[in-house]
Amino acid sequence: MKFSLGPILYFWPKQQVFDFYQQAAESDVDHVYLGETVCSKRRELKLDDYLAIAHMLREAGKKVTLSTMTLLEAPAELRELGKYCDNGEFDVEANDVSAINLLQEQGLNFTAGPAINIYNHQSLRRLIDMGMTRWVVPFELSRDWLQDVLQHNLIDTVRDCFEVEVFSFGHIPLAWSGRCFTARSENRPKDQCELCCIKYPEGREVKSQEGQQVFVLNGIQTQSGTRYNLINQLPGMNGLVDIVRISPQPEGTFDWLQRFRSNINGEHPVTLTSKENNGYWLQLAGLATG
Amino acid sequence: MELLCPAGSIPALKAAIENGADAVYVGLKDETNARHFAGLNLNQMKLAEAADYVHKHGRKLHVAINTFAHANSWEKWRRAVDDAVLAGADVLIIADLAVLAYAAERYPKVERHLSVQASATNAGAIRFYQQFGVSRVVLPRVLSMQQVRALARTTDVELEVFAFGSLCIMAEGRCYLSSYLTGESPNTAGACSPAAFVEWDEQDNKLESRLNGVLIDRFGENEKAGYPTLCKGRFSVDDEIYNVLEEPTSLNTLSLLPQLYKEGIASLKIEGRQRSPAYVSQITRVWRQAIDAVMTDPDAFEVEDNWNSVLASLSEGSQTTLGAYHRKWK
Repeated sequence: MKFSLGPILYFWPKQQVFDFYQQAAESDVDHVYLGETVCSKRRELKLDDYLAIAHMLREAGKKVTLSTMTLLEAPAELRELGKYCDNGEFDVEANDVSAINLLQEQGLNFTAGPAINIYNHQSLRRLIDMGMTRWVVPFELSRDWLQDVLQHNLIDTVRDCFEVEVFSFGHIPLAWSGRCFTARSENRPKDQCELCCIKYPEGREVKSQEGQQVFVLNGIQTQSGTRYNLINQLPGMNGLVDIVRISPQPEGTFDWLQRFRSNINGEHPVTLTSKENNGYWLQLAGLATG
Repeated sequence: MELLCPAGSIPALKAAIENGADAVYVGLKDETNARHFAGLNLNQMKLAEAADYVHKHGRKLHVAINTFAHANSWEKWRRAVDDAVLAGADVLIIADLAVLAYAAERYPKVERHLSVQASATNAGAIRFYQQFGVSRVVLPRVLSMQQVRALARTTDVELEVFAFGSLCIMAEGRCYLSSYLTGESPNTAGACSPAAFVEWDEQDNKLESRLNGVLIDRFGENEKAGYPTLCKGRFSVDDEIYNVLEEPTSLNTLSLLPQLYKEGIASLKIEGRQRSPAYVSQITRVWRQAIDAVMTDPDAFEVEDNWNSVLASLSEGSQTTLGAYHRKWK
């Protein structure tokens, strides 16, 4: 079982990003995803910065994949996407089918990110035939659902052609909108957002009127109110999941990576707190724990 | 410019046709469509009846098979395509790429439209889906008019936009808020904020709405209580209570009609397969008049007050918005 660091979902200052990846280089993580996947206005780092980090990580022995935007609306965003797809040396995670289209045209292999809607073996097989070599399972799918997809003959016969990765730790991206909710929370229109999301390195907490954590606002993205944590489900992933994804947090990411590693076979389980959930994997409501 | 109206039943379908719809869209009575609600939609026999009726009036029938197929019941989605074609559907509205591929390979002559649930928001995504021979793309409600215009000018595929009805503020097909709270989402179960999870309760003269136990909103005595669609609830950020994501409001694009017409938008879609025949009649009548007016003379087009008042009376919270089409909404 391998571990990955997903793309940083929040908007962090450049130095914080560099420091984070310096730590990643020194850690024992296997895969690292780099790039902005949420909002194209966040430009603390440009493609060249990501490529510099990518080289540094590759030299430290990490497998690097460039992650791309999820919700692309404007022609300029597509042009920027084109640059990522044309980088010439690193694999690309497609989070929108427009990226698959570009990579497919160039005959390049790709990772299908978790926001690509693959819910069954038939669709998965189509993507494998298009050049998909890694599948990051959609967030809302359970272990049982994943098993149903993978056990079909159509997939079983090509199972060695692709890896399966599961988002396993962090606040779950649940929705993307044309509207920026962080800007809205500060009474700013999106066009004058002044990149205010940089003030919230782990998003803005949304509570119900009786104090329950419901969501987290991360710009145009809405995330789960509590943190997804599949640390205790790792033993059940053996033989099914190749890569376990940890989503970068402002604090504690690498400690959690160690805890995950030491519980691969269930030796060191962790009691989840009320600020965590594991419902999706167990085929429950996402916010539930089981 | 086509007027495409919703129908969840034969009476609603007839109401749409009688009041001037050019085409009607329906779904089958199972989780293969994104309005999988109790008592709604058509079985195979009714679907054939619907096709007959629509064709007798020289109009078109679109069938939405627009959820994502499950691995353990893929046959159900394949059968939905077979049944719709057999019943006489003119158009299949599809989101799942394997269902799309199946329809393209098995029934190449039946028109395929890309459902809004496929989240195609840009020219690259449209190109991706063109390999499955889609002749039209239904655009998600996240784009501004400027973005719709840019797309219309770069693609050779027909575009369909939502003109009126409940407003999804998230990119459709990429919203799991509902399964996060209830375990069921549009993608997996064909429903958002499903009615089976809704509870109403009165506490200290306040009416509370909940979804699977999570408090969505609280209404005072003089407030109009709306259905607890989770993205329209009042929550708190830093102790300030407000509609954090969106107010209860409906999309209304009447004032954009001349622009949509000039950009060659092929079809205007009215949301609401879950609505009554009376609702469908009223909405269809207004939009028929408006489209006729814009097609007669787009430069002289003016929104009539009585159209807006009819539409407002049929809207969530009696409010309407231009949504993402208007940049300031974002």
